[in-house]
Amino acid sequence: MASTNTEVGIEAGAKAPFPPFQTETFASQLLWLALTFGLFYVLMAKVALPRISSILEVRSDRIAQDLDEANRLKDESDAAIAAYEQELAEAKSRAHAIAQEARDKSKAELDATRAGVEADLTTKITEAETRIAGIKKKAMSEVGSIAEDTASSIVSELFGGKVTKAEIASAVSGAKG
Amino acid sequence: MAFTGHFEEDEATVANDPISQFNISKLLQLDVGGYDISFTNSSLFMVATVAASAAFLIFTTSGRGLIPSRLQSISEMLYEFVAGLLRDSAGSEGMKFFPIVFSLFTFILVANLFGMFPYFFTITSHIVVTAALAFGVIGMVIVYGFYKNGLGFLKLFVPSGVPGVLIPVVVLIEVISFLSRPISLSVRLFANVLAGHITLKVFAGFVVSLSGLGLGGVIGAILPLAFAVALTGLEFLVAFLQAYVFAILTCMYINDAIHPSH
Repeated sequence: MASTNTEVGIEAGAKAPFPPFQTETFASQLLWLALTFGLFYVLMAKVALPRISSILEVRSDRIAQDLDEANRLKDESDAAIAAYEQELAEAKSRAHAIAQEARDKSKAELDATRAGVEADLTTKITEAETRIAGIKKKAMSEVGSIAEDTASSIVSELFGGKVTKAEIASAVSGAKG
Repeated sequence: MAFTGHFEEDEATVANDPISQFNISKLLQLDVGGYDISFTNSSLFMVATVAASAAFLIFTTSGRGLIPSRLQSISEMLYEFVAGLLRDSAGSEGMKFFPIVFSLFTFILVANLFGMFPYFFTITSHIVVTAALAFGVIGMVIVYGFYKNGLGFLKLFVPSGVPGVLIPVVVLIEVISFLSRPISLSVRLFANVLAGHITLKVFAGFVVSLSGLGLGGVIGAILPLAFAVALTGLEFLVAFLQAYVFAILTCMYINDAIHPSH
């Protein structure tokens, strides 16, 4: 058994050692490697790689273009927003101004009216006071004649006699004094 | 000269042989000038990788949709992923190398993912393929570095701010590290893919062998089956990650060619 194996081993060794070290196969492997790999290299360098490269380039160009477009649109919308906000701010300040103006105007009108009314009232008050003073004075001056009348009627009621006006007046002025 | 695929010879042993998946078998015998340049299963999967990825990238983008369809989005994502990778590492100046970085990343990624299908051949499990790609990258970096910077490209080996005494040592280290780049670049991809596929096949082989042993074997096969499932997920990650690592290292080397004084 062992001898057979050795025999076969020797035979095999003489005929074919370890396949990767069989130098007689090298020429064929090298030639076919050169042919196939050379062809592969040419196909890659001339067809496949330029094609993939152009696909990727077109795509990245397209993406860059789309990004640019998006940026442009974003800028546009930003500008629109800014314009809108400016407009809004202007409108607000304008509205504020208008409101202020209206407020000022109505206040001025009000003030004027109030001042007129007050002046009117003051004159009226003054007039009234003057009239009251006059009335008071007149009343005070008439107090004597009322007292005389009252006194003469009281006296006539009490005593039934007639008292002259002059007597009563002197009595009243005596009581008053 | 004769590298006849011997998986036709013995299907039973092949089922458990984790190495046979890397065998190269001729599909069409071609000899030119004494060189065997036969169309093999490896060639077939190179053609399939290129055809599938180129067709996908070209057809999904043919609509040139401003709003991409789902499939177009995948192509665009792939484009932007690799473009971002290169721009981050090498700046906008590095973008002239975009087609080559994109081709490398896509080719390796799709080749690795194709390798995840059962019975499919994984191109990147052969050191000669990964080495060809890695040396191609380094060769391009060296040529462009000297073309752009002239002898100034050699400043790459003299980091600024190093004390004079240390310069010879540092230069030696930098040169060694530069020279090891294509090796590490190719071996990393090759070894990751190779080791992943071998491990996956070993665990899958356990499942087959154990389940042939009756009920106990079937129960015992559950664990390796779970491992195989988990490893499949891991291998998808590795398939992507190794393509990513290859692409990002390419970007960094390109950056060295553009800005040699670091």
